Amino acid sequence: MSEEPRIGVFVCHCGINIGGYVDVPKIVEYSMTLPDVVYAEPNLYTCSSDGLQKIKEAIEKHNLNRVVVASCTPRTHEPLFQGACEEAGLNKYLFEMANIRDQCSWVHMHEPEKATQKAKDLVRMAVAKARLLTPGDEPEIDIHPTGLVIGGGVSGMTAALSLMNQGFKVHLVEKADKLGGALNELGTLFPTNVKAGELLRPLIKGVEESPDIVVHLNSALKEVKGFLGNFEAEIESKEGSERFEVGTVIVATGADYLDPVGLFGYGEVHGVVTQLELEQKMKEGSLGDVKSVVMVQCAGSRIEERPYCSRICCTEAMKNASLLKEEDPDRDIYILYRDLQTYGIEYTEMEWDAKRKGVKLVKYDKARPPVVTRGERGPMVKVWASLLNEELTIEPDLVVLSAPLVPNPDNKTLSQQLKVPLNSDGFFMEAHVKLRPLDFATDGIFVCGTAHSPKEVAESISQAKGAASRAGIPMAKGRVRAAAITAVVDEDRCCGCGICIELCPYNAITKDEMGIARVTSVVCKGCGVCGASCPERAITMRHFTNEQLEAQGLAALGRVVD
Amino acid sequence: MSKPVLVIGGGVAGIQAALDLADRGLKVHLVEKSPSIGGVMAQLDKTFPTMDCSICILAPKMIECSRHPNITIHTLSQVTGVSGGPGDFKVKVIKEPRSVDESKCTGCGICSEKCPAKVKDEWQEGLTERKAIYIIFPQAVPLIACIDRDNCLYFQKGICQICSKVCPAGAIDYEQKAEEIDLDVSSIIVATGFQEYDPSELGEYGYGRFEDVITAKEFERLVCASGPTGGHLNRPSDGKIAHRVAFVQCVGSRSHKKGYPYCSSVCCMYATKEAVLIKEHEPASDVTIFYMDLKVFGQGFQEFVDRAQSHWGVKYVRGRPGEIRRNPVTKDLTIWYENTETGEVAEKEVDLAVLCTTMISRPENKELADVLGLELDEWGFFESLDPLMNPIETNRPGIYICGCCHGPRDIPESVAEASGTAACAAETARRYGQ
Repeated sequence: MSEEPRIGVFVCHCGINIGGYVDVPKIVEYSMTLPDVVYAEPNLYTCSSDGLQKIKEAIEKHNLNRVVVASCTPRTHEPLFQGACEEAGLNKYLFEMANIRDQCSWVHMHEPEKATQKAKDLVRMAVAKARLLTPGDEPEIDIHPTGLVIGGGVSGMTAALSLMNQGFKVHLVEKADKLGGALNELGTLFPTNVKAGELLRPLIKGVEESPDIVVHLNSALKEVKGFLGNFEAEIESKEGSERFEVGTVIVATGADYLDPVGLFGYGEVHGVVTQLELEQKMKEGSLGDVKSVVMVQCAGSRIEERPYCSRICCTEAMKNASLLKEEDPDRDIYILYRDLQTYGIEYTEMEWDAKRKGVKLVKYDKARPPVVTRGERGPMVKVWASLLNEELTIEPDLVVLSAPLVPNPDNKTLSQQLKVPLNSDGFFMEAHVKLRPLDFATDGIFVCGTAHSPKEVAESISQAKGAASRAGIPMAKGRVRAAAITAVVDEDRCCGCGICIELCPYNAITKDEMGIARVTSVVCKGCGVCGASCPERAITMRHFTNEQLEAQGLAALGRVVD
Repeated sequence: MSKPVLVIGGGVAGIQAALDLADRGLKVHLVEKSPSIGGVMAQLDKTFPTMDCSICILAPKMIECSRHPNITIHTLSQVTGVSGGPGDFKVKVIKEPRSVDESKCTGCGICSEKCPAKVKDEWQEGLTERKAIYIIFPQAVPLIACIDRDNCLYFQKGICQICSKVCPAGAIDYEQKAEEIDLDVSSIIVATGFQEYDPSELGEYGYGRFEDVITAKEFERLVCASGPTGGHLNRPSDGKIAHRVAFVQCVGSRSHKKGYPYCSSVCCMYATKEAVLIKEHEPASDVTIFYMDLKVFGQGFQEFVDRAQSHWGVKYVRGRPGEIRRNPVTKDLTIWYENTETGEVAEKEVDLAVLCTTMISRPENKELADVLGLELDEWGFFESLDPLMNPIETNRPGIYICGCCHGPRDIPESVAEASGTAACAAETARRYGQ
């Protein structure tokens, strides 16, 4: 950029979040003393409509060609300020942010003078970088209007049908020999006690009859290359492998039930089964003459080894307990629980319903869990009933363990293939826990259902439609813009060592015929790993050039280079 | 070109649905009853487990709505008539007068500063006052003042008019009339949210009699840096810093006697978050949560509770307190409870008691359900077509529901569902589009 930098600085009070501790008028005054700053102003909230309008007006009135906002975090607010710049005709890469809230006022609340001094330092650094900013170009990507859905359970089928109804083609990949997933194993589903098969049938029919959905059974993902809009997937089955292009990917691989072997006598004491096995017996009508049942909740969950709550087990137990009572009101049914996790309107009602039917609820303590041993005629359960303050001994015909949902064992491989993260429990981790529950941080890949965490069928259905909406957005648009903050290779310096190729987490770098590293800029996420590891310093990150970072660093030390 | 989609309710669910649809290229009308979009999430202090400041993560989305070329926001507006069916709904919207010209107001706030009429600030949960002409909160979208005619001296007594004299933009318009807007849309998404149960009817807890017995939503404002005390835990009665705080769970929920039988789903976790916030302010605080069953059924919830206990020292006592009494001299409160795990009947003195009240349906659901032709459940929430198989569809094709308007749920669930309804609306738009 040949013209001289003309920088505008906008300093946000953020109500009292910044203004209560940092002397904002002083920062404004100080900003005006910095090189190339031609304008500065304070705002109550720079992010308000009014604040953004002020930025736009100042760009025009003072002919600004760089904008610095000193406020909160770029993580949430940079796109907003960049948008305001663009609306005023300024390339959004000519914008820079100084975080004087999260990294300053919030952590120095008790030392306002030092906070003000630090805010000056941060603004000086941002201005030093802003002087060297250059406009960025965002390449346009064409989006292939086909979705890949991994997993053919209720979530995957629901997502596939929604994508189809939105007008897209779908490849649905299922590892088993039939569609339906975990629901194939279940009897009836709460809260309406519909048979799982009745829910599955129309979904399977819809998927199988749709000319726009290609179902791949007995198939597993072998490889995924590419990026949003242009993924190339390879799947493998006994018949061989197949490749196709897709625009977006939805992960709907579900979860497994824990095999609770060794817990509460399972596998050791005759008559100890899981809820799933109970459901199967009830479904087949092979339960036999069972007069009394003890259900044990949290059988393998909410413990050190597996800290999470599996969400569905309490309601599932209520449902099965009620069904057993309906069959035979004389049956004795106990549910041994730690905290009842029935929630919301329908599921709490199931708890009330079970109580009305005479199901007995016994609270136990994590520190004194029930003990199941072999009794005279079947299993024997000893439990410290914490609300009664006494030990109960029950000799039921059947002990039913509510074992939690656990991550699908394939998650690890899939997370590596797709380069998306798992959380500490081993489930897929979304981009933001509150506001982006269905997105991965990687563009074009989404998650729904129990692949993400334990959840009910109804919630999985809502989520599957939600994931189909998210995946449908870029496909409906047809083209999207990629980021401009990418790596650039200096061909003269590159020695072709290939270290960057190995390290790139996005497969964005390849070698050309001359042995020189080439960056596919639409795939590059600008993470900087390649730049940091290049022994020849041949890789520069756009928007974070060495020159810019050096200027920023020197400014931190109080040196402003004119 | 497909017809637009109508989204009713501008909370986080309505915002998400609107953005999903607008991003894919469909036009959206977002109708909000209050002067700003944002809903309850805008009022919350922090959100667990990341402890992100709630308005800080919501505000960018609110502003995205206002800047999006495909979204038209109608504030102070309500849907009063709907006819037709999927692909072709004819909708009537009444927009109440703001008494401020939206095209002129810059949101500078001088009018509010000079306005002499003070009233309780509902947005701050009545913990402080606002003026009769006001901007509902600093990050409001649109950032435009609004006259509360019921409390304005000019509208009530024909005097004053100070706001019109001081407004530098000449934006005050006392003559503004309610406006009727006709919309032609392909589908409708209902995202009208919930309201908090009023615990006054539970006399034993003293809400309404004792100033320092507050609801959890009031606590969110009290602990918030942009709240009435600047985030200091000054209790309402005498301003004393509350170091000893009790949270009472299941207020108005899980009961067949008074209140509602259902579990409100989110209270155990927001109480835990609020308890941690107190500890973050003052680690030596004594914070106790009285609960019945600890509902930790979401991703990371149990871990968050474990950390509240082990790292922050938040105490959990199982038992529903029987009564809260107040010492008339010190104003301190005494919680009478039975620890149901030890059988011990005990009392605990605290500075502040927070009632974690259940989410209930909005009273205006009845009227809206009549207008939309939708069914309500026993508790006044909008009913799903089928709670298992079609949770976000309704008895009327082309109308979808998301968020807390069909029962208590947390933010991520509301957001995911909102995207779900956006998919339904996109499918409908395609089916009936030209």
